This record gives sequence, C-alpha cells and structure tokens, in this order.
Amino acid sequence: MAHPFRDAAIAGVFNTLQARRLPDHDSLSIAIEGALGALDDAGLGVADVDGVIGERAGELAYELRLGPCRRSPNGLGIPAVLEAAALITTGQCQVVLVVGGSAGIYTDRASTAPWTRPTNEFVVGYGMFTAVEFALMAKRHMLTFGTTPGQLAAVAATIRNNGHQNPEAVYFGRGPFTPEDILASRPIAEPFHLLDCSTTSEGGCGLVLTTADRAADLKRPAAWILGGGSDAYGPAYQHGPIWDFTGRPGEDVPAGYVGRRAAAAAFVTAGLSPSDVGVCELYDPFSFEIIRQLEAFGFCPDGEGGAFVSDGTIGPGGRLPVTTDGGTMSFAHPGNSTQMLQRVIRSVQQVRGTCASAQVPGAEVALCSNGGSGALFNDVMLVGSVRP
Amino acid sequence: MTRLRPQPPGTPAPVPSRFSAPYWEGCARDELRFLRCSNCHLAIADAARICWRCHSRQLRWEQSRGRGRLYSWTIVWRPQTPVFDVPYSVAIVELDEDIFVVSSVIGCEPDALTEGMELAVEFHPVNGDMKLPYFRPVDDGGSPLA
Repeated sequence: MAHPFRDAAIAGVFNTLQARRLPDHDSLSIAIEGALGALDDAGLGVADVDGVIGERAGELAYELRLGPCRRSPNGLGIPAVLEAAALITTGQCQVVLVVGGSAGIYTDRASTAPWTRPTNEFVVGYGMFTAVEFALMAKRHMLTFGTTPGQLAAVAATIRNNGHQNPEAVYFGRGPFTPEDILASRPIAEPFHLLDCSTTSEGGCGLVLTTADRAADLKRPAAWILGGGSDAYGPAYQHGPIWDFTGRPGEDVPAGYVGRRAAAAAFVTAGLSPSDVGVCELYDPFSFEIIRQLEAFGFCPDGEGGAFVSDGTIGPGGRLPVTTDGGTMSFAHPGNSTQMLQRVIRSVQQVRGTCASAQVPGAEVALCSNGGSGALFNDVMLVGSVRP
Repeated sequence: MTRLRPQPPGTPAPVPSRFSAPYWEGCARDELRFLRCSNCHLAIADAARICWRCHSRQLRWEQSRGRGRLYSWTIVWRPQTPVFDVPYSVAIVELDEDIFVVSSVIGCEPDALTEGMELAVEFHPVNGDMKLPYFRPVDDGGSPLA
C-alpha cells in the first residue's frame, strides 16, 4: 500500500520577526506576513492557493482574496498540518496555507498566556494556572521515579542555550546558562523555577503544502510527512492534571504519558522506530515536558528520562538534539497555533538543512510535538527529507 | 501561624452550573459531595453528566467522608494573578471514595507535604455564601496536626 502522505509535500515554511511585543501588528496582520513569507519560501503566489487553515482562516481568505477556497478554522498545530496533507492527498485542494499569528494579546502585566487561564469552577478558586498544571504532572513523575530538579534544569539549560545561539530567537544572546543558573532563578511553582518555564512573545508563521508533482518544480526541496498522530484526554486547562487518569477500557496509557499512542501510530506509518530519528523538535512549555515526552514516545524507558537528558545526549552534537531553535523557552512563544506550528517549521528546516543555527548535520528524520501532559493533549509528527 | 493558609476573600469564585449546584450547596454546609452512579455505583469526580463507566445518566450526590491522601502537589510562589497570597499549595487529593480532586493543603509549612500524607477536608469562605474545600494534614486518628 502506498504511504498515506506520499502525495503531499511541505513546500515552504516561514517565521516572521519574533519579539516580546510587535506594537505595529495585530494577530491578523502578522498572520498575513506569515502566509506571504511561506508562499515566497515555496516560490508560489497567492493566486495558487485554494485552501487555508488556521484560527483566522476565514479572515485570511478575505484579506488575501483567496476565494473561492477551502477554509478551516483549525487552531491547532500538527493536526492542522495533517489536515492540510489530507486535503491534498484526497484531491480537495492543490495548495494549502497553514497559518498562525499572535500579536497585541498581552494587554496586562500578567505574563501567563491568556489562552491558558482556566475558568473551570472546580479549579479556579485554587490559583490553578499553566505552571501549576505542568508542575502537578512533573511532581508525580518525581515521586514515582526519583526525577530531580537538577535533571529538569539540564533540559532548560540545553534549550535556552540553543536559543542563545540562534540569531532568530527572541532571547538570542541572553545566555549561556548552566543548570545551576536555572536552579538559582526564582521559584514559580515547584519544581519549576522561572527559567524552567516558557516565555511569552508575539509573531507569526506559515507553511505551504502542495502535491508532490507540483512540489517537484518549486524553489525548495520538499519536506515530507512520514507519519503523525494526536492524543487527548479532555479540554486543556480545565480539569485536574492527574498522571494516572485513564480513558477508554482497554487503553491503559495514563494521561501522564499522553502522546504515547500518537507517537506509536506515527512510527508505524513511517516504518521507523525512535532510533531512526536524528533530531527532536519537542514542544517545551516547561523543562519537565522534554523528559516526559522522551519516555512517552519511546526514546528511553519509563522513569529514565531524567538520566537521558543529563549526559549531553539532547544537546548540540549529542545523539538526539532537542528543540534546537530554543523552543518556547527562548526562540518564541506566540499564542495558540503559532508556537505549535513552529515545531513543525523547525523540523522542516532541519531536514532541508536550512537552520540558522544548530543545524544537525545530515538530519533526515525529525520528530516534532505539540502540547503536553499538563494540557492533557500531545500531537506528534515525523518529518523527513526523503519522499515516503 | 503556618505559611499555608486559605486564600483571603477576593480570589476568583467558582461559577456553579446547572449540574454542579448541589456540590456548592454542600460546601456551604461544610459537606464534601461527589457523584455516584445509581446503576454501577462508580464514584465520579466533578459534575459529570454521565457515568464514566456504564454511561448511565442516573447519578446521585453523596457525602464524602472528607478524608484522603496527598497524590501530587506544587507550592506556588508566583501566582497567576496578584489576588492570590503566596506561598500557596495546589494539590491533587485521592479521596477514600477512590476519586481524585483538585484542592489546596493548608495548616502546615510548605516543606511538610509528603506523598500519601493523610488529609481531612475543611471549608473556608471564597465569596459571599460560597465556601471552598481545603485539606489539612491529620494524624492516623483523624486529629488535626498542629
């Protein structure tokens, strides 16, 4: 049987300027810049586009005069890219834009991302917020396996140092950091210190997917979707993050390891295993999430993620470099889909060999992810340089 | 005075729904309530609309013993908004009825929290007549630890 994504190519990717604030933009205007930049990267024009996906898909269709076109208000990251691929492989579209943009949303001094503030009646009175949700999962892992704050700090230092050397990162040149620096930063929600947490920033981005035939004649070598999957246990930031929470009878993966089924499905589709992956562009809302995902996705046994991240394996030149642009901790963390699409974009840059920094030499297969255990969802995708 | 205490009035108050109103009415009377399926007798957290196991819609509120054990927790030093006094704890408590609830442990120092420690519920005002369940460490006989 032919590979399900064989006929869908990622032809272009683009990140706009990323900054703490973009005072001259709103979310729509920076999304437009992401869309046009991705088309330019691919060597395509607005007139070629017959589909657009993203939280502002309808507005983009209007602003860019894309009609008549397919529009899908899918505000996720990896699932939006997988949807674009499905539109192409089923013949519904020829050229699909996947676009994110976020600017002008931090209207107060509170730096908790507004889309992560819970209002559920059973958690709101207790001062629950994102760092707390991810901390409750991390703490359970620490109690069960003996994972240490120093191991979390090793992750944060690695990713922040990737951003430190990335000229496109919001926090370019703001390091380097040692694990001791992370542990010395002020406590937020134990076990997390300030430097264990993601930043907040603004920016836009875009990806263009098209048919394999069309991609063959374009400006860039195409990148390919080798497999993908998506797991959730409920709405993000509403309910208590309980590691041992389970769902359907017969599915024994606990919420703590959300993403395990998605990753396994992605590897089956790709015909690959974790040892075939050259670089992991993991979503990094908090340092612990890297440890958790490495275990959930099968890169190391359960409980051994702390040791895995502490010996240089995930750093530059290591066997499995992780979140090489600096991730949400240092590269950028614009709201909603943008931050998540940026994991895909970095994976495409890695397998094309076009990263502005920390290019993994000869990377042929990248794994990227979105979400995490505190959010009760995890999306996974494998991106490759060779057509499947 | 211990460092982990109930939040002062002014923090965000829960907004009850049609399905959760009996839970908050219980809290106002210092009763911790939970749903139990009338068909398969499963105990269910939150204000479920349907039994998580047998999908029965016949759920009834019962009163919890109000006792449980500490499953996971965090000590917050930088709150989501300045209306919360720090430090405070956010905890997941495993009740004797085999359900997990989100709450906050009070009445001890932040570094006194330990996995599996025995806890007992108590209620503190959050807004008007509404009360919020908190948990306090107790010894094995059920008496509060000073």
